Amino acid sequence: MPEIKVQNGNMAAATGAALCRPDVIAAYPITPQTPVVEYLTQFKADGEIESTMSEVESELSAMSVVTGASLAGSRTFTATASQGLALMYEPYFRASTLRLPIVMAVVNREMISPQTLWGGPQDALCVRDAGWIQIYVEDNQEILDTIILAFRLAEDKGVLLPVNVCYDGFYLSHMSERVEVPDQASVDAFLPHYVPEHIKLDPVRPMSVDPLTNGYLLTEYRLRHTQGHQRALKLIDELDAEFANQFGRSYGGLVEEYCNTDSDAVLVTMGSMTGVAREAVDLARARGRKIGLLKLRAVRPFPGARVVKAIAGRKAFGVVDRSVSFGWGTGITFREIRSAMYGEGSNIPAVPMIGGLGGEDVTIEHMMLAIDCIYQAVESGLSNETVWLNKEIDIM
Amino acid sequence: MKEIRLHGIGGMGTVKAGEILVHETVKEGKYGNSMPFFGFERQGAPVTSFVRLDDKPIRPKNKVYQPDCVIVLDPSLLVSANVFEGLNDNSIFVVNSRIENLEAIKISDRVARIAYVDATDIAMELLNRAIPNTIMLGAFARATGWAERKSLEEVIVKFFGEKNREAFRRGYDEVKVIELGEGQL
Amino acid sequence: MKYISDYIVPIGPEGLYIIDTGKWRTRRPEMDIMKCKKCGTCFLYCPVHAVKRHEDKSYTIDYTYCKGCGICANECRFDSIEMIPEEGDSDA
Repeated sequence: MPEIKVQNGNMAAATGAALCRPDVIAAYPITPQTPVVEYLTQFKADGEIESTMSEVESELSAMSVVTGASLAGSRTFTATASQGLALMYEPYFRASTLRLPIVMAVVNREMISPQTLWGGPQDALCVRDAGWIQIYVEDNQEILDTIILAFRLAEDKGVLLPVNVCYDGFYLSHMSERVEVPDQASVDAFLPHYVPEHIKLDPVRPMSVDPLTNGYLLTEYRLRHTQGHQRALKLIDELDAEFANQFGRSYGGLVEEYCNTDSDAVLVTMGSMTGVAREAVDLARARGRKIGLLKLRAVRPFPGARVVKAIAGRKAFGVVDRSVSFGWGTGITFREIRSAMYGEGSNIPAVPMIGGLGGEDVTIEHMMLAIDCIYQAVESGLSNETVWLNKEIDIM
Repeated sequence: MKEIRLHGIGGMGTVKAGEILVHETVKEGKYGNSMPFFGFERQGAPVTSFVRLDDKPIRPKNKVYQPDCVIVLDPSLLVSANVFEGLNDNSIFVVNSRIENLEAIKISDRVARIAYVDATDIAMELLNRAIPNTIMLGAFARATGWAERKSLEEVIVKFFGEKNREAFRRGYDEVKVIELGEGQL
Repeated sequence: MKYISDYIVPIGPEGLYIIDTGKWRTRRPEMDIMKCKKCGTCFLYCPVHAVKRHEDKSYTIDYTYCKGCGICANECRFDSIEMIPEEGDSDA
């Protein structure tokens, strides 16, 4: 029977990971991820999990250890945030190109400089083209559920790619709320034992690992890697349905649409700010605006088809990003969405918006302003310059 | 949905108090979320906790800006922190304080009900430590009625031990609740 | 667009210290000049440079940023610094 508990995001992540019975866990603490490591270590000390806990001296080591463990055929889990993710970049890239089904929780935190601790997906978004699957979640229940889904997704024979489960630092990691924790038997039924076939370091059957490779073969590997992502595109939606069937909870798969069927404009968000966006959509609708909400979950593989379906035929769309794509002067997911709309929706006015950086809260006022900006674009029929939400509200 | 803001000082159990409220409401089959806000984690730093309670799932994950209730765990915060900021009209103000501290400051006119108890005093007497949070939870339960008294008491005992049952009850029984009408205190 | 900082990066000679560590104090260090041997240990250890060195090699405490951590009192070998409650503290 599932148990109703009160958990913060880090506990939900640790609980989700524990339920998946990882063989090896290696993680290095960093605010706001530290409690994940502490909770998992406590579970092990209390005999609640059988995973081998490997104590490492840095994130570079953490990723290297789970890489080695995964190569030896283990199911592995790790977690990190911002500077830690940056420190492990070298083995991080290799983990995906070696097609290792590692699951890593990223407790999204702004990158330094300036010195900062607070939540934001800049850290993981900046490495979105290192080959990992990346899914961004909205609340603690989704953290726990998505970690279970992540292992199933990663270990699928047609995918075999590592998965980042990303959640906002402090807003989710340190926030306590109601979480339904599935029982071990149900999770075991959903997530069978990991049996690696493509790689397994075994003295009985020795393998070469990663010899110097020419361009011809490298291209072949890259092509197959992209096929893994293509398979994930379908599987993420399929698994969401299967999960909903077994556990009663659905997240929409690659994206989730809210009040979007009859909308004339779309607001796009990602992560914990989606909660307040839903409130704003309800408020705007009560005032007569037919705004719809699109919540982006998967950033890699990018759900182009589903994004187009959600936005095509509307009179404008706006994206609130908690990140910056420096060379473009817009947020990062805005660029992704805009690219997807090329073709079928390339003439739909687009409003890039940036808010909530460095721990600045995204409030209902910001979201209402975002909706106003979208309707300005509906009226003018033109795309906007980037709206920096926090600066607009301050000036007002 | 009820929105609550707790003001405390690091080491007083402000964050825990917020979480206890969520534990209680979830135990009753409802929903809640609690988020701490601190700039620098250390003893003696001001700590704010944001709590939401509702019968249905709670969507906003950000800070609380218009609390329906404010709980202040230390009288020094009446002066040093912006405890009245953003208060909703007809809000409830629950404070660890003696009457003298309250008379010395101006209470916002958006406060409809004020509840005060000398929680530090009770804490020193019962627990030998100046940690007023369990007493303040008792005061909160009485002043607002937003938590089931028995349920909250059991959650407190589960987290803090039997010693705190008395603390909770003292807070509940000894808090003075005053409806503010035309005049102030 | 209105910019609220003169700096383009968080590096600069002044105006960057937005964290008022002086407000953190609940105790303050009081130095007894008679006992102070001017060894400079407190000056070396203070994490916020609240101990100032003067031309005549004496040391005093500048309370602007002193956060009351007590490291100076702890490190002083001659017991010349004592931590006393900050005035205006609550009765808690």
